[in-house]
Amino acid sequence: MTPRTLFEKVWDAHVVYRFPEGPALLYVDLHLVHEVTSPQAFAGLRQAGRRVRRPELTVATVDHNVPTGDRALPIEDPVAARQLDALAENVRDFGVELFDLQSPNQGIVHVIGPELGLTQPGMVIVCGDSHTSTHGAFGALALGIGTSEVEHVLATQCLVWSKPQTMEARISGAPPPGVTAKDLILALIGRIGTAGATGHVIEYTGDAIRALTMEERMTVCNMSIEAGARAGMIAPDETTFAYLAGRPRAPAGAAWTRAVETWHELRTDPGATYDSSVMLDAVAVAPQVTWGTSPGMVTDITGSVPDPAGFPSDDERRAAARALEYMGLAPGTALAGLPIDRVFLGSCTNARIEDLRAAARVVRGRRVASGVRALVVPGSQQVRAQAEREGLDRVFREAGFEWRNAGCSMCLGMNADILQSGERCASTSNRNFEGRQGRGGRTHLMSPPMAAAAAVAGRLVDVREWAWEREEELAAP
Amino acid sequence: MIEPFVRHTGSVASLPRADVDTDQIIPKQFLKRVERTGFGPALFYDWRFRPDGSPNPEFELNQPESQGATILLTGANFGCGSSREHAVWALREYGFRAILAPSFADIFYANCCQNGVLAVRLRPEEISELLRRHAAAGGDYRLSIDLETQRVADGRGFAAAFPIETYRKEMLLRGLDEIGRTLLVEGAIAAFERGTRNVERGTDGWTSVPRSDFRVPPFGEGS
Repeated sequence: MTPRTLFEKVWDAHVVYRFPEGPALLYVDLHLVHEVTSPQAFAGLRQAGRRVRRPELTVATVDHNVPTGDRALPIEDPVAARQLDALAENVRDFGVELFDLQSPNQGIVHVIGPELGLTQPGMVIVCGDSHTSTHGAFGALALGIGTSEVEHVLATQCLVWSKPQTMEARISGAPPPGVTAKDLILALIGRIGTAGATGHVIEYTGDAIRALTMEERMTVCNMSIEAGARAGMIAPDETTFAYLAGRPRAPAGAAWTRAVETWHELRTDPGATYDSSVMLDAVAVAPQVTWGTSPGMVTDITGSVPDPAGFPSDDERRAAARALEYMGLAPGTALAGLPIDRVFLGSCTNARIEDLRAAARVVRGRRVASGVRALVVPGSQQVRAQAEREGLDRVFREAGFEWRNAGCSMCLGMNADILQSGERCASTSNRNFEGRQGRGGRTHLMSPPMAAAAAVAGRLVDVREWAWEREEELAAP
Repeated sequence: MIEPFVRHTGSVASLPRADVDTDQIIPKQFLKRVERTGFGPALFYDWRFRPDGSPNPEFELNQPESQGATILLTGANFGCGSSREHAVWALREYGFRAILAPSFADIFYANCCQNGVLAVRLRPEEISELLRRHAAAGGDYRLSIDLETQRVADGRGFAAAFPIETYRKEMLLRGLDEIGRTLLVEGAIAAFERGTRNVERGTDGWTSVPRSDFRVPPFGEGS
């Protein structure tokens, strides 16, 4: 048999039909639904008198617009409340399971899928959210879709998709201390650009990827879309199986044994080829910080704001100049030392328990700088509960962070958590677009330890030096 | 229900920027509606309006020559970022039938097709030429787009061909509902679910589980 890539194996196994005019009809194993991109899809079903074909493969939660304050209080925003009510009514009418605001399993859809063991290797997973690429960390083919496609999947359990091209992103070597999965993916996006993988599915390979935990792999796959790829994948291995074992919705008993046997086949065959490839040396990666209004506008924390005149094309020069104006930055300004107003620790990229632990290690015994408002929004209520069992909530609260309930929160600012115009934010989220976190807000993307260090210092700092200072301080009598 | 796109002639507005993301096309505070309508007034909201709500005269679409435009001429990687289809609903409701750019983000491109909006990929140098001609025409620049022949022309010497997948082209030409179309092959879906048909299954053991037996197990049960 012809050697195949991981992507091709999963693709081939899900082709229901090939349209003579090109695309394939692809079967969907898991459809995740949230309140913002689904109401029009359910309305469409009603209008056409259609049902949900496989409600038992469809799981809903609320995350995008939900308040992260006291869950006992009513929702203040009537429009958001209406959207939440619409989802509750839709799941009732169509027989879909929902993790609502009262559920201990509520959380960001891309956090709870893996956490509950819903996300499994070899699946095709879709959701009306571009960061669905996160689930590719398990060797699933997982992609974001629009609302019309949501309706299509609800009605047919299938997605029409033209076979994309494949890209191998090989990341080799051991990243230095202080360099996280977030830095690896930001460095890669900086290398290939925000449209670098458009039309492609990325497979992340290499020993640096193999060495990552599942949560770190999710951070990498999550930002595939920021490089233009609708999906990113990592072949499952023992790390994957160990993560999944015993999760509530993962197979158990004999079914688990069978599942693991078949999941072992989910890897790119020797001799299989990709349509393109890119390499990154993890050894050379430094902590990354974005300076502009697109995730590709990124550089080392030791670097400075670039001069727009130095970019090769007119488009890039214009974009950089515009970005600097929006960000209120002058060319040549060192990134380290840049004062910040807000810190956001959260999002489907970096709000899992390991992220909170890494940030808490930096924060423990210290205080958020005066004048800085800092927020921790756990990715799910389960992450929140785990963090509380470990006492991380106390570490954050004692340092002056606000400790919130789960949701997307300030990653996209659909709820009350937004930046004010001109405020500069160190954020662990995934998009630094103009206005993303609030109109006029200035977002710098970085890893959780970097954001935590920024909160304490009141300015962007190199967490590697921070750790060093800390040790010296601890060693002092 | 979806308006077919066969041929369209209309005036052109230009937004000569690369990487216009869907957060700019329709900011998040407008995503709370449960309908597919009502997004037009919020198109490019943060760019179109000043913080006090008055129109921003600097913004390209607010300039007099852009009024009534039905074709948007813009930069590479248009529609990147969030999957929000609201972006396409807003563009369509505002009046755009076609968007011309060197490249589009994947999800946005698919969303356009679902809503009868034609996303036309031209070569970067062709887009540059159109931007030049648009600027030189001083506000009176029209283009004709013919989907059947896959050509764009301005009637003043510019003509270019554009690629589009046959499936998407058919959908747009006939205003097809994709669900209705898929349900024409419902038999293939049912067979796949029974585990009796997977056209490319090959020898992979792990694909042999009938999809009809497959479900998400309740808590504590496993499968």
